[in-house]
Amino acid sequence: MELVRISTAGSVDDGKSTLIGRLLFDNNALTKEQEELVAKKTAEKGWNDPDLSVITDGLVAEREQGITIDVANIYFSTETHKFIIADSPGHVEYTRNMVTGASMAETSIILIDARKGLLEQSYRHFYISHLLRLKRVIFAVNKMDLVEYDQDRFLEIAVEIQRMVEGLNADVPYTVVPVSSLKGDNVVKPSENMKWYQGKTLNGLLHEPQPDVSGTNPLRFDVQHVTHAQENGFVDYRGYSGRVISGTVAVGDTLRVLPSNKESVVTEIRRYTETKDKAVSGDSVSISLSDEIDVSRGAVLVHPDNAPEPQQLVKATLVWMDEKNATVGSKWLMKAASREFPVKLQSILKSVDPTRKNASESKDIIALNDLTEVEARLSQPGYFDTYESNKKNGIFILIDPQTNNTVAVGFVTSLS
Amino acid sequence: MKNQHLYDLENESIYILREVVSQFKKPVLLFSGGKDSIVMAHLARKAFYPSRIPFPFMHVDTGHNFPETIDFRDTYMKELGADLIVRYVQDSIDQNKVQEETGKYASRNALQTVTLLDAIEEHGFDACLGGARRDEEKSRAKERIFSVRDDFGQWDYKRQRPEPFQLLNGRIQFGENVRAFPISNWTEEDIWSYILQEGLELPSVYFAHDRKLVKREGQYLAYSDHLNIVESDEIEERTVRFRTVGDMTCTAAFLSDAATVEDVLKENVASKHSERGARIDDKRSESALEDRKKGGYF
Repeated sequence: MELVRISTAGSVDDGKSTLIGRLLFDNNALTKEQEELVAKKTAEKGWNDPDLSVITDGLVAEREQGITIDVANIYFSTETHKFIIADSPGHVEYTRNMVTGASMAETSIILIDARKGLLEQSYRHFYISHLLRLKRVIFAVNKMDLVEYDQDRFLEIAVEIQRMVEGLNADVPYTVVPVSSLKGDNVVKPSENMKWYQGKTLNGLLHEPQPDVSGTNPLRFDVQHVTHAQENGFVDYRGYSGRVISGTVAVGDTLRVLPSNKESVVTEIRRYTETKDKAVSGDSVSISLSDEIDVSRGAVLVHPDNAPEPQQLVKATLVWMDEKNATVGSKWLMKAASREFPVKLQSILKSVDPTRKNASESKDIIALNDLTEVEARLSQPGYFDTYESNKKNGIFILIDPQTNNTVAVGFVTSLS
Repeated sequence: MKNQHLYDLENESIYILREVVSQFKKPVLLFSGGKDSIVMAHLARKAFYPSRIPFPFMHVDTGHNFPETIDFRDTYMKELGADLIVRYVQDSIDQNKVQEETGKYASRNALQTVTLLDAIEEHGFDACLGGARRDEEKSRAKERIFSVRDDFGQWDYKRQRPEPFQLLNGRIQFGENVRAFPISNWTEEDIWSYILQEGLELPSVYFAHDRKLVKREGQYLAYSDHLNIVESDEIEERTVRFRTVGDMTCTAAFLSDAATVEDVLKENVASKHSERGARIDDKRSESALEDRKKGGYF
């Protein structure tokens, strides 16, 4: 079973909930309870086509307003694949939730209303897919039934999309597919109404092999917790428990401990009762070293020949997620893996306008949902890689020390 | 052969459990004796082995649990060497903090919130580990991994902290606490596959057995002293299993011959019914669980 993680984004009323509903419905992936709900709501509304939008929206406020406010995870399987959809809101005011949804995905589906073409939201959605370096983007041009399944209209939108992609110099692979979620065209079943479209259905595209973009990254091991034990037959066990953020670590490797810069050799890699020769990116393990050196939560273990230069300043793209604005000089806590330390906003380099309609203006205030390139001064040395070179070691969140809210997510663009 | 999908889920859950222990002063694992909390306990053992699990377990006992589950709970806790705290809804009733519901649908499910919040305050727990999963129910699908609750235990979806890339922010004000959900991204099928892979024991009610039942509105409920029987109820003896193990008063049985974990897996996939379809407490309204969560339910 291959696992496909998808993030969906769409604007108000462009039929995202119906699209997801249709995907589940035609894949025969609805539960009996969901089928009953669809039948009930369809009857209440007196529709000819099933009301598939009711499957996804969960909260009372969402059902009342007919919109998605928060990210919901939706799970379904076909015979060959497991899918997790992070169903994210389209409203500009929920950009933070969209970024959160996209952060767990490799594939992004961007919905476009065939009548309206690209909206400001579409630019924003695509920019975020690009910023997060997702593996592929699928543009679903929806509501084709409302433009008489017109090929010319579809091609117009495809050209608009091409311009947007080129405008950002984005190298993400993308596909454009004409669909009608309401009628079911090209979602799972090939459309009878759009014989002119030769490509795969949305479902067909989702079942295609995912582009493999994993390169070899340097070892970054994040120490979350130091495990001491005298139990279970162990005498003075000491293991550095955490996660391999990137790269590979093997028994016998010499590791450097940051920030102390001490070096030691890996004697054991343990996961529960099992010992392993090596651990790879994503693995949660406990590492034991040959020397008794000071290692505590927040330490980063690396290979000495591929260690990051300690950083005092980092440049990053921030997605601002809080109602409270930020200005130059604002201070927060930065959380990167298990490390947490104060940082200060040194300068605002430029604000990003995903629609590229307005000339890039420099601002001195960062507000909710803004995308901004900034420079931050760190109170302790950072051990980042750039997001572009090593995704998982190029991210952080900012926490407001007064309210404890998570106020931003940052993507490291350059180190100094 | 290693199941990479389960291995990835296990990696993630271990990461979350370790974050909880590092970020909070006094965590507790809410243990019901159900399959999800058994998987949680197993993951906790893996996350901190060879040391002991560095937090206690707590069960809010409604007094309406299946006796099989309680027996299992006690045996399992002994085997695990874990500290188990039990708090009783009956005590909250005796102290007049909550009123027993009446009528044929009477259940203690909602009452346990009060007992839970009192126990959190009594022990000063700042994080409660729960086995909720996002595939269970629509409001659960919106839940964060670290869910901040105010002094009254309330869930406010508008105040949810974004968790991009699973960077977890567990900083809280005094009096607040966090519900942490390490198996958020597991599905019911993942849970059963994992139970099979790891050879975990479960309470016997999860497998086919003969039982005296009350047939009510097309669903089978376990016959017990806790259920208010009414005239239209039919008493039958059938071979059934339970797919979720909540209170006896609000968990419906499935007619089934599935006697092993493999059988259960096959049957669940084939049935197409959702797991919470058997939870009568969720059927009270479209937002029954969301409303309970807002009020401090876990």
